[in-house]
Amino acid sequence: MSKPLTVWDLPREEYLAPGHRMCQGCGAAIAFRHILKATGKDVIITMPTSCGEITSTVYPHTAWRVPWIHVAFENAAAVASGIAAGIEALKRKGFIPKDKDIKVVAIGGDGGTFDIGFQALSGTLERGDNVLYICYDNEAYMNTGIQRSGATPLGAWTTTTPVGKVWRGEWRPKKRKDLIAVAIAHNVPYAATANPAFPVDLYMKVKKALSIKGPKVIHVLSPCVPGWRIEPEKSVEVGKLAVLTGMWINYEYENGTYRVTTPVPKRKPVREYLRLQGRFRHLTDEEIKKIQELVDAEVARINKLVGKEVIGPVEG
Amino acid sequence: MGKVLPLGGNYAVAYAVKACDVDVITAYPISPQTTIVERLSEFVANGELNAEFLHVESEHTALSVAIGAAAVGARTYSATCSQGLALMNELLYIMSYIRLPMVLTIVNRALSAPINIWNDHSDFMSVNDSGWIMMMSASNQEAYDEILLGYRIAEDPRVLLPVITSMDGYIQSHVVEPVEIVSDEEAISFAPKRRSWVTLDPDKPVTMGPVGDPSYYFEFRRQLWEAMKESRKVFDEATEEFAKRFGRKYSAIETYMLEDAEVAIVGMGSFMGTIKAFVDRARRDGVKVGALRVKLYRPFPSEDIARALSNVKLVGVMDRALMPGSAAGGHLHHEVAFALRQAGLETKTIGFIAGLGGRLLTMDNVKQMVNVLINYKDKTVKELPKEPIFIGVRE
Repeated sequence: MSKPLTVWDLPREEYLAPGHRMCQGCGAAIAFRHILKATGKDVIITMPTSCGEITSTVYPHTAWRVPWIHVAFENAAAVASGIAAGIEALKRKGFIPKDKDIKVVAIGGDGGTFDIGFQALSGTLERGDNVLYICYDNEAYMNTGIQRSGATPLGAWTTTTPVGKVWRGEWRPKKRKDLIAVAIAHNVPYAATANPAFPVDLYMKVKKALSIKGPKVIHVLSPCVPGWRIEPEKSVEVGKLAVLTGMWINYEYENGTYRVTTPVPKRKPVREYLRLQGRFRHLTDEEIKKIQELVDAEVARINKLVGKEVIGPVEG
Repeated sequence: MGKVLPLGGNYAVAYAVKACDVDVITAYPISPQTTIVERLSEFVANGELNAEFLHVESEHTALSVAIGAAAVGARTYSATCSQGLALMNELLYIMSYIRLPMVLTIVNRALSAPINIWNDHSDFMSVNDSGWIMMMSASNQEAYDEILLGYRIAEDPRVLLPVITSMDGYIQSHVVEPVEIVSDEEAISFAPKRRSWVTLDPDKPVTMGPVGDPSYYFEFRRQLWEAMKESRKVFDEATEEFAKRFGRKYSAIETYMLEDAEVAIVGMGSFMGTIKAFVDRARRDGVKVGALRVKLYRPFPSEDIARALSNVKLVGVMDRALMPGSAAGGHLHHEVAFALRQAGLETKTIGFIAGLGGRLLTMDNVKQMVNVLINYKDKTVKELPKEPIFIGVRE
């Protein structure tokens, strides 16, 4: 087996230019940067309306050194399908060289993926379009000011799930919508989760996805400084803790097989992940226990899918 | 003379789209549009048309796909109507302001509610501010020809705007007429694939659809205004060239017996044929009536219309869509009245609302409208009805 990659092995080319208006410590910015290292220059990116979109392309500036298009909020997958179809047709007719490999990547937020863009995403996946769809998930509508989305986790404060005498943040008592399971239900060849705190893992997953023909989905956790009420220097730490507590599991699915790419032999209690974030500060021990139970169940589910215990028990 | 085939309007349009060698087709079924894409699927299935065909899950996605495909330089086609067009609405505006060309056919149909699949112009008129060039045909031949004109105009580097072509649902879409079709070579020679617009290309990366803050947004709007104005010149050149090549001459407006007319009916679409037939009949009885059909709706041919109606005393403008709460009653009346006013003409107008939701329009309805015009032609502006007159409705 070859030596594992480190960040020093990643391409030095930067296709996300500095000077964009994303927040200091923005998880999405780190994710975009590493996604582009994996795509290289021959890519077309489409983004729906999102915080990453509005902060990176304020005319006449752009942070994107690759071709990039924004159309609307609910259609990044559909626009990507159109781009892929256009390229395919133009190659067949000789307008684009047949051997030119142009990747098509859609990068949407959780609102643009879980909620308003869900239908278009389903269409792209079921048709089998040759598109990589990446959801950067900061678990709420951060662009418009931290409103609750279909990806907001149990207990999280948002501006539309405020903490008051009656409400205690997001109250959906179950695990949120499972984007990877949804993708797999469309019979995609590849789906994965990733996290910018593990940039090499993210890089390798984008690389692998792009080597496979057909629709692919990567779900990326994206710590958000203003939305999660964290310090800018803590976003990578929070991303790491998400994995170390089992709140987030880095895994991939390829043609029927599941593999956890960041094994965690001994988990930390979820409290350690939650306590760094202002959006969870109101939670009682009872409420944290409920979240821990959800995490335990998800860990058990993933271990079962993988066929062995890759994510261990909470350390005593 | 090309080959003449008996074709319903939908099939005619499909033949024209094939002749234009489109690269990407994307559409969602909706009556009465559906047979356009059915026929196009057959062309692709048989290898007669080399195109990507995307079976999308909604009209919203249909136009999103079209935008993506056009953004990489593909010649793109879609067709829709009614609720489908309403669902596309958001993207119509985006596509025109990103300045991506394509051709979209609307098979005119009423808007819900109540749900109604029959013909009027409610859908067409609902998108008249979207920044698309808009044409409405009155025959299946014209519906066919509009596709060729559409690609030529849309992809002209002086324009770079998407084009809506249209025909009346069922009345044209499902009624067979003889249609002369041109060879694929002739079509491409008339509407060459110029790929004349900026595209998403990794070798020359651009950002499309950026944020336009208050210091830039206004200029984007202004540029589209100019392009729309410019497109009229290109439309005239294209129709001129079309007449030379194929022998059929179209203009922004079609006039009929207006030279000495005292009253006239202005309208759009296939029903204008019946109106012309009525004009013939009325002329035999000595009634000085004429007709004017608006073919090019955006950019609106205000000057042509004013010129054509300058000697008419009273014009009845027939709208087949409703602008509730507006004094004009309908979109076309609003535009025509403004055109006359801007030209400094005394010509008076009355609005007619007719044939909504497929309500049958007959010679008797035309007679009713002409009688109203004759009754009012010598009255003063103040004596004219203050509201549109509804023709053929049960009160």
